[in-house]
Amino acid sequence: MNLIYNWMYYISSGGLILIGMYIVLVKTNLIKIIIGLHFIDTGINILLICIGYVKGRTAPIFSTSGINPTNVVDPVPQALVLTAIVIGVAVLALALSIAIKVYEHNKTLNVSKIKRLKW
Amino acid sequence: MRTRKIVSIIILLIIAGGFMITFSQIPFGKDKINVANYYISRGIEETGAVNIVTSVVLNYRGFDTLGEVTVLFIAAIGLGAVLFVEKRVQKHTSDNKEDKAKRASLILRTGSNLLFPLILLFGAYIFIHGHLTPGGGFQGGAVVASGFLLIYLAFPKQSINKKSSSVAESLGGLIFIGIGLLGLIFSGYFLSNFLPKGIPNTLFSAGIIPIIYIAVGFKVGFDLTGIIDDLLGRSK
Amino acid sequence: MIFQLILIFIMIILAVAAVVFKDLINAVVACAAVSLITSILFYFLQAPDVAMAEAAIGAGLTTAIFIIAIRRTERHEKEK
Repeated sequence: MNLIYNWMYYISSGGLILIGMYIVLVKTNLIKIIIGLHFIDTGINILLICIGYVKGRTAPIFSTSGINPTNVVDPVPQALVLTAIVIGVAVLALALSIAIKVYEHNKTLNVSKIKRLKW
Repeated sequence: MRTRKIVSIIILLIIAGGFMITFSQIPFGKDKINVANYYISRGIEETGAVNIVTSVVLNYRGFDTLGEVTVLFIAAIGLGAVLFVEKRVQKHTSDNKEDKAKRASLILRTGSNLLFPLILLFGAYIFIHGHLTPGGGFQGGAVVASGFLLIYLAFPKQSINKKSSSVAESLGGLIFIGIGLLGLIFSGYFLSNFLPKGIPNTLFSAGIIPIIYIAVGFKVGFDLTGIIDDLLGRSK
Repeated sequence: MIFQLILIFIMIILAVAAVVFKDLINAVVACAAVSLITSILFYFLQAPDVAMAEAAIGAGLTTAIFIIAIRRTERHEKEK
């Protein structure tokens, strides 16, 4: 039982990354491929936070007087993931605008039918 | 198509094997804190902020936050440039039936009239108290943008004033860089903390950190609102 | 601990459902539910800042941007 509790967060993040990669490799609808990109981003964020976790300690905010500096989790991965979430949504918005323009020009969203580069 | 599926499943199984070998080398929950020991033990007396994540984001690694705000700004500009329509063909439908069918229901209209100032107040509370409680500029900016999204859903004919929105967003970015340059003048390096630190755990403390978070909150809020506005294709 | 195990199991099932659904609005709703469960898991890993950011940006604004983009293109995924 202890083995499952030690591995369950790694299984969740690895599972999300693999499902996202399957969508990007196999599916042919452009908006579904963008959903797959979002899954890969979310999986990597869970992996970064669960590396900085220490069992039995608490959040790094010294608001009450009972928290001393040997009692908190690692604050550096949390700062990194805060930046990564905002950059993920910026990439998503730009990808969706390009998908809308591709649909207005080719009248289809199937990637195996959009083959011409010049118009 | 069948060969594509089979080949990709084989590649994904190999990658899954690589993941399992790597994750068995990282023990879950052991103490691996190395660099952050300096930030945790000396954080309060050097910056004055009680929230250690805020002091890492804005004081020790402040240059990365400037890069992130720039990336969000470039995404908003790129989206406005790709979806640009030159001549806006305005179809004047003076059909009363169609106008009445396009209005949202009464509950949505009344509810969003009541909720919109409260949502803006809540978002402002989150990014003003960024150095005392969990929160900060990015979270508060996202809450402000969802308040504007509620107005777009309830009133299909209304849009915000694009000129004043871009003025507010640019002011946020300029205040961030201006305070960094003032730190360069006063102390010798970019984004240094030159205001007095104050007593920890009060509102007026931690030097320049609340001012920068207010500027970042404004900028992120109006950036995301501009993205939604361009995607809907509504303002003139 | 049992509660986190159940949440992770539900999250994997929702991610597989987002692959299988043919109506694109259903896939986007499954994506929003995965973001919501991720935000709860961030709270259990003692990171309240990141949980607030993921709930506001991932489960709120990403879903709205997807639905506006689907409204301007097609809604169903067509087979070949």
